[in-house]
Amino acid sequence: MIGWALAGACVVAGMGVLAAVVSPRRARPACVGAATAGIGVAGLVAGVAALSGQVLQARLPRLLPLAGVQLALDPLGGWFVAVTGGVLAAVALYGIGYAGGGHGPSGRGVQAALPVFAVALLLVPAAASASTLLMLWELMAVTSLLLILAEHRARPAVAEAGWWYAALTHVGFVAILLGLVLYAAHAGGDSFAELRAAHLSPALRGVVFVLVLAGFGSKSGLVPLHVWLPRAHAEAPSPVSAMLSAAMVNLGVYGVIRVGFDLLGGGSRWWWLLVLTLGAASALYGILQAAVAADLKRLLAYSTVENMGLVFLGLGAAGVFHTSGAPALAALALAAALLHVLNHAGFKALLFTAAGSVLRATGTRDLDALGGLRSRMPATTALFAVGALGASALPPGNGFVSEWLLLQSLVHALPAGGVVTAVAMPLAVAVVALTAGLAVATFVKALGVGFFARPRSDAAAAARESPPGMLAAMGVLALGCAGLALAPAALGQVLSRAVGTAIHTPANVVGGGVSLHLAGIASTMSPLLTAVALAVAVVASAALIRLVTTRVTRRRAVALWDCGAGPPTPRMQYTATSFAEPLQRVFDDVLAPETDVDVTPHAESAYLVARVAYQARVPDRVEHALYAPVIAAARRVGRLGPVLANGSVHRYLAYGFFGITGLLLILAVTR
Amino acid sequence: MTVFNLWRKIRQTGRVAEPAPPRPPGVSCPKAAVLHGSVQVRHVDAGSCNGCEIEIGSAFGPVYDAERYGARLVASPRHADALLVTGPVTRNMAVPLRRTFEAVSEPRIVVAVGDCAINAGEFAGGYGVEGSVADVVSVDVQVPGCPPEPEAIVAALRGLTGR
Amino acid sequence: MNPNELIATAVQVVVVVVGAPLLVGLMRQVRARLEGRAGAGVIQPWRDLRKLLRRAPATPTGTGWAFRLAPLLLMGTSLVLAAVVPLLTTASPLDPAADLFAVVGLLALGTVTLALAALDTGTAFGGMGASREMTILALVEPTILVAVFALSARVGSTNLAAIVTATLHDPLRVASPASLLAAAALAIVVVAETGRLPVDNPATHLELTMIHEAMVLEYAGTDLALVEWASSMRLTILLGLLTSLFLPWGIAAASLAALPLALAAFLVKVAALGVGLGAVEVFIAKLRLFRVPELLAGSFVLAVLAVASSFFLA
Repeated sequence: MIGWALAGACVVAGMGVLAAVVSPRRARPACVGAATAGIGVAGLVAGVAALSGQVLQARLPRLLPLAGVQLALDPLGGWFVAVTGGVLAAVALYGIGYAGGGHGPSGRGVQAALPVFAVALLLVPAAASASTLLMLWELMAVTSLLLILAEHRARPAVAEAGWWYAALTHVGFVAILLGLVLYAAHAGGDSFAELRAAHLSPALRGVVFVLVLAGFGSKSGLVPLHVWLPRAHAEAPSPVSAMLSAAMVNLGVYGVIRVGFDLLGGGSRWWWLLVLTLGAASALYGILQAAVAADLKRLLAYSTVENMGLVFLGLGAAGVFHTSGAPALAALALAAALLHVLNHAGFKALLFTAAGSVLRATGTRDLDALGGLRSRMPATTALFAVGALGASALPPGNGFVSEWLLLQSLVHALPAGGVVTAVAMPLAVAVVALTAGLAVATFVKALGVGFFARPRSDAAAAARESPPGMLAAMGVLALGCAGLALAPAALGQVLSRAVGTAIHTPANVVGGGVSLHLAGIASTMSPLLTAVALAVAVVASAALIRLVTTRVTRRRAVALWDCGAGPPTPRMQYTATSFAEPLQRVFDDVLAPETDVDVTPHAESAYLVARVAYQARVPDRVEHALYAPVIAAARRVGRLGPVLANGSVHRYLAYGFFGITGLLLILAVTR
Repeated sequence: MTVFNLWRKIRQTGRVAEPAPPRPPGVSCPKAAVLHGSVQVRHVDAGSCNGCEIEIGSAFGPVYDAERYGARLVASPRHADALLVTGPVTRNMAVPLRRTFEAVSEPRIVVAVGDCAINAGEFAGGYGVEGSVADVVSVDVQVPGCPPEPEAIVAALRGLTGR
Repeated sequence: MNPNELIATAVQVVVVVVGAPLLVGLMRQVRARLEGRAGAGVIQPWRDLRKLLRRAPATPTGTGWAFRLAPLLLMGTSLVLAAVVPLLTTASPLDPAADLFAVVGLLALGTVTLALAALDTGTAFGGMGASREMTILALVEPTILVAVFALSARVGSTNLAAIVTATLHDPLRVASPASLLAAAALAIVVVAETGRLPVDNPATHLELTMIHEAMVLEYAGTDLALVEWASSMRLTILLGLLTSLFLPWGIAAASLAALPLALAAFLVKVAALGVGLGAVEVFIAKLRLFRVPELLAGSFVLAVLAVASSFFLA
């Protein structure tokens, strides 16, 4: 079943590439989109089959010289394959609608890259040897780079984002490569079974883990390796952004779980404290940047950094519990992390597609220029609201369920172990709490400023609702979010199975019917009950109002209260920037915002001001502090190039002569 | 120990509110019949010399304590049942007054406080004066005086709350 | 589902719905008396509500469903909270949902609906109120959850009924440093969440100093009645939650016989807390908006100390 589904996905991908090459430009996105959706469905089937207990083991020695290709899918991989497949299917359908009317990229190369990217995403969690994993990983990286660069002719920022992505993803790749090669060299083989059985010294295991963590962490946007993410996810075409943010970043999480828990077997506690710290830093930094961002897609990208931070925080907690001998708590934390991966994929795909619809309809992603979409794009607004509810982790949303699980595992950690947990876990709870609070503020801003009130620009005022195809795809995602929000207990068994392959726990971690029960902890939560109670209470209060108001009090249409000074214009509304100003002030020291005031005086007198230009930005501080010096150093080294290579043939011949002589000398001395 | 001093002050001062005059027989204005002991008031200074404002301030102060009869000053005319308008209506305040009046939900009660509000008083015919409050919006209750005494303002408000 | 549980929970909801305006009236009366006034009487908020319920709501130009739905949603969340939080009884049919994190989330949901409604009006004051309210909400969250950590760590559950029952069985726990510190931290949080002094002044008329009030400037009639009613219910529930967590005596289990006693105990405790809060407000002034984060940081430190003491002194 799994084998057929994955093979089918590969065949469909081949057909998709073919279609991209031969079909006319107009029909191209539809053909490729259908193929990608097919790949997604095949992935969903394969993932669900793996989660229900089927196992795939495949060796294809001929496919790749020397090492061969080894594939295997267990429940852990199946979880990620299923998540990826679901996202791909829905987003690819959305992409077909998105491409209508000449929107989005339809170039041959970009369209051919899409099915390859999709199938690489699906196969990464199915890789069963280091070489296969690395090959698929690089395939994924290269095709995603092509997709990100799709609109580089239209906007220079795209090319810059592409540079950042290309550089960081390859630094990450090199780190993973080094780590896994080191591991495989000492294990005597590169298949996961051999790696699992290997006995390495603790120091070496630590080195391997740190290298692998850096590599996979850069893919998930872990601070300080996140700098590519807000650029690339914001500048890529929106359906691609959705795939990157909802599917690709998850694979970093998969990699850390696979190598850290499954292959290396948990390791030592400091690894996981490191993961916990990095996760906490990413969560806080990501959401702080998202809270002050005025660009809708950049905001969503930083929110991805935040959510991946929360997932890594969960992984770190799971590792700490695992190494301190509390397997039940470890399983719970890992289950929380995995569930958050799924929830995040659901709401982030929805949010990015909705943001894409806004971008398509208005041509801008600047929240300060949006507004008033509620009446012009009612369905998109409602769908965005569903996603925002999930992202802000408030009760009847899906994000709440996984954050609740995460908090449960952290809160009940005190009996589990010594001083380290007693210090780390309350702080982790505080980080999760502050993150959740800021996420609420962020998404109130995104929804309230971007979609409600009155349009702040002509582009927003002229917006039109998206075609039904896009809305249908987003509707599927919204239904998925609602299902995850209301009936998370239905996933209990498969979730436990996925957790069980990473750390071996026998019992069901999470279970229950209407309410969610946890193994070993008395807390329960019932999202369905809460949602029903809320609906009943709202209806009851509406009925109460009807009942109490004996006289028919008709709703009166009135002008906005303007303090008597005349109708307020759209310019008088709060913008995203002004909304975030108090938060920006409170977190001044972390964010280090920059303001430029440029005063131009009149020619006649320096005291007469002709023009004042005011500019406020919140730059990525990590980028400034960490990367700017590296880039400057690289530039300086690069400037040496013209000195060495000045175009003189004599000099090049001399280089060759001295090079060979030097080599011969070395050989003569060492042999 | 400012907290302690304040507490001592509170203890020593005790109650400063004057005893309430007899309860009015009913509401003074038919529109106020729906209010049943609760009136939210928005104050509009339409061009007053601020004499009336001082008196309104003391009507809501501890001594006269208009709040005990169910009247309360609010910030938004949407929350208000009545407007308390002072001063002759200047040219610049005519439109804002009308807008504020329209922002109050039905039934809107307008209380003209002070002689200027009733007939433009000293400022009648002035260059910057549009006229009395009644020239701009319909007035339901008048409180004469220049400035009116706090008792008179409180009595007018009690006429609205009926308490 | 036990009929006794249903009746007890229904009584609890009715008590909160009917009693909440009276609590606000009581607090205003206390303030008035301390200021030397006579005061409007405890039932004045009910008179205000009765009047507002008879007046027409308004739909300002350019507002949409977010503005229309917010009062109902705010009321809805408050009603669910009134049914879920153990105030009179620990045996609620909604017990599986009576999780402290869920309660915190529902409180935040109510605030969020109001903030979205304020943004929906597109007025400067609405946006200002929403922005400030969200800032405070974000900063309050860590204190709440860390205090929850301190309270639930030893019980082994974040279920409210379980925490309350555990405290009832082990009364000395209330006097532990962890519990006292958590109580102090949560008290500050309650003040911030309900928009009382020194965080926000509920009696202010100056829009520029407002937080909560700035969000509801556009509401009129029945809408305003719902918002004010729900806000008073949130105040009652939060004060009740404080008493349930730290002074749980008198709370009934599933039996109806203990309900009158529980009712009396609840009224006394919440009224006492309300009087105390009202009295304190006379003595303090509103903090500058950008000093509020310092206050909240202080409460966060208290909460962290509570966790630390629950671990190191246990």
